[in-house]
Amino acid sequence: MAIVIFSGELEKLTGDTRIEISSVVYRDMVTELVARYSALSRELLEEMAVAIDGVIIVDPLLEKLPEDSEIHFLHFVAGG
Amino acid sequence: MSEAKQYKYIGTRSIRPDGYDKVTGRANYGADMSLPGMIWGKILRSPHAHAKIKSIDTTKAEALAGVLAVASYADFPSVADEVVASGEGSSNLLDLANNILAKDKVLYHGHAILAIGARTAAIAEQALGLVEIEYEVLKPVLDVNDAMAADAPVLHENMFTQGLAETPTKASNIAARQEFKMGDIEVGFAEADIIVERDFYTPTVHQGYIEPHACTASYDQDGQSMVWCSTQGHFDVRTSTAKLLNLNLNRLKVIASEIGGGFGGKTTVYLEPVALILSRKSGRPVKMIMDRDDVFKASGPGSATRNWVKIGAKKDGTITAMQALLHYEAGAFKGSPVMMGCMTAFTPYAVPNMYVEGYDVVVNKPKVAAYRAPGAPQAEYAAEMVVNEIADKLGIDPIDLRLKNAAKEGTQTIYGPKLKAVGLVECLEAAKNSPHYQAALKENQGRGVAAGFWFNVGGQSSVTLNMNPDGTGTIVEGSPDIGGSRASMQLMAAEELGMPAENLKPIIGDTENVAFSAGTGGSRTTFATGMAVIEAAQDVVRQLKERSAAVWNLTADQIEYQEGETFSGDNRMTVAEICAGAERTGGQITGRGNINARGAGPSFAVHLCDVEVDRDTGKVDVLRYTAVQDAGKAIHPSYVEGQLQGGAAQGIGWALNEEYVYSADGHMENAGFLDYRIPLASDLPMIDAIIVEVPNPFHPFGVRGVGESGIIPPLAATAYAVSQAIGLPITDLPCSPPNVLKVIQDNA
Repeated sequence: MAIVIFSGELEKLTGDTRIEISSVVYRDMVTELVARYSALSRELLEEMAVAIDGVIIVDPLLEKLPEDSEIHFLHFVAGG
Repeated sequence: MSEAKQYKYIGTRSIRPDGYDKVTGRANYGADMSLPGMIWGKILRSPHAHAKIKSIDTTKAEALAGVLAVASYADFPSVADEVVASGEGSSNLLDLANNILAKDKVLYHGHAILAIGARTAAIAEQALGLVEIEYEVLKPVLDVNDAMAADAPVLHENMFTQGLAETPTKASNIAARQEFKMGDIEVGFAEADIIVERDFYTPTVHQGYIEPHACTASYDQDGQSMVWCSTQGHFDVRTSTAKLLNLNLNRLKVIASEIGGGFGGKTTVYLEPVALILSRKSGRPVKMIMDRDDVFKASGPGSATRNWVKIGAKKDGTITAMQALLHYEAGAFKGSPVMMGCMTAFTPYAVPNMYVEGYDVVVNKPKVAAYRAPGAPQAEYAAEMVVNEIADKLGIDPIDLRLKNAAKEGTQTIYGPKLKAVGLVECLEAAKNSPHYQAALKENQGRGVAAGFWFNVGGQSSVTLNMNPDGTGTIVEGSPDIGGSRASMQLMAAEELGMPAENLKPIIGDTENVAFSAGTGGSRTTFATGMAVIEAAQDVVRQLKERSAAVWNLTADQIEYQEGETFSGDNRMTVAEICAGAERTGGQITGRGNINARGAGPSFAVHLCDVEVDRDTGKVDVLRYTAVQDAGKAIHPSYVEGQLQGGAAQGIGWALNEEYVYSADGHMENAGFLDYRIPLASDLPMIDAIIVEVPNPFHPFGVRGVGESGIIPPLAATAYAVSQAIGLPITDLPCSPPNVLKVIQDNA
């Protein structure tokens, strides 16, 4: 199973730092997390980028979550 | 994983496709478009830094002969409180509209209030003088310390600090708080043999692009609109302008002119929606141009910051804990890049215990815009200065200290993921082995070292590659070329197609010629748009094989392609032959690449700076400068070197001279290049550029963005060199002669 690592704001909202999830696609993971944590909303998660095994993805939807992959939510990075 | 390999076209220094037009003056920039019947738009700007607008009377101005239209905030149809993509980031639509034309309150000196369209620029200017406005002048706040004080005048009565455990019920100038942590800093500091902490200040600075903002807009009677403008992202101009004016996207065509610099400052809109309103109201095309005064006062500079950094290390140089408290000015509306400051401050280091807290604070200055690696130079300046001081106090070479603690593949970042393959160690080693680092210094001279990290981004890019009947091709991309990307696109397509680069012409399509592409920013274009080009070229190759197969009664998988030819057995056709016969094999050949690029590779940089300080005047001369940076793979090495040199030059200016100077009542006092001093060629030595190539495994050619990391290290490299030369700590930028002299005299 993939592992979601919460930090910062999400750690405070969930009370967890590291959980296993059963979803294998990003879209399903969001549904799973929102169902699991009442303090999380789909809007909050979808405003954030995600890093799957270190690769930052700004607009995830159908991204696959490989077995044992590490998933981090992070703020959208802007550039100049 | 990209492996080191030999390329035929990539890595060559081809002639830039836009070169002739630029050196002969034929290139058309933002102010170069004129249309029949065109009129001129001018903006009336606030003389106050903070004031309520009690009344506006435009009667006399509208009565002036030649005045054809007036635009104000009321002309925005119905602006919603929503977030829209703006450049590489996003903007709140209400704030964007309020910044473009103030609603009922002016929030900085130069804030736009209304615009007048007239037959000539002189009439429009005269009419501005006839507008009568009554203000209630308010006290401004011009620094984060003042803005965060309990009794500070509040800019926005509806702003309540986000990011706290509980959202406060009292409005303040603190828009948001960010926090990032890793490990346990208390444990880390307890393990340290030495701890250094300092406060740092960096001033408001401008990107200093040479070409001011300019546009020409036309609103047709049938509702079709066109905007020609100087921008880093014409699709973003379309999005913002259409949202503000309630237009369907297919009713608004935006054409990106050639651009005379942007550096992040041209990723939002100021004039374009206003010009379109004036055009709609007057029935004429409208041209608007900022002058330099407008650009300084009312476009988006980089944040001023007040940052505190504390770092602990063991005697052997192992860093055990890093902590920072960052305060970034957002200008008049929320949205400073403090979050990126938090995320980047300590990323060059593999240290288990880190904690960074950041505050986004509004002040009565223009709303900040992106500026090359937005947020990173200020935070990393503070961090690198303290790292250098620790190296000094421990008697360890500053590069060795960094090598001992350097981030590498697998290093856990404070913002979440572990780093993939990166080239910081290689950059540090290249800097250490450079002739520059071996050279001796003399009296009153000093040397500074600093590292820098920037994420780089990917994002959406669209490309079509139209093949011509003679076998040449036109690459139509949607990314404005601000740093030479057309040459890179040409080389990548040439490599993929195996044909000479000059046979492939790269052009920037308007918003109707090519599908959506994110703006040119975040060091994304050569990486992401390059991937779209590669995809389009591969699409062309696929079609070339199919056409050849049809001609030879074979299947496409029986066809090989190499060096501009298809072949199978004794059959052989050139691209030109296939394209010449395309009308008989299925029509013309067009390749497409539409991607949302993933896997942008971070780029680390390491800079060396030698200075000499005149202790009697405080004047600093840069004697020698070396910029080392990981490019992944340099597609066009001359352009990569140019990015490294340009970033260094801008950063040196930031370190030595550049700053917005305000009077106590919030008037900007140096809104011109005579008084806001960017470095001239005569101020700088030749900047030696060393390209390191650690391939990005997620790009077919290994590319990393190179546009931004180079501006991060110069602040600390230069300031620490000054500190070494005078033997005193430097904390506040710029290291201008009066500031350096004050440090010397205060410590005499």
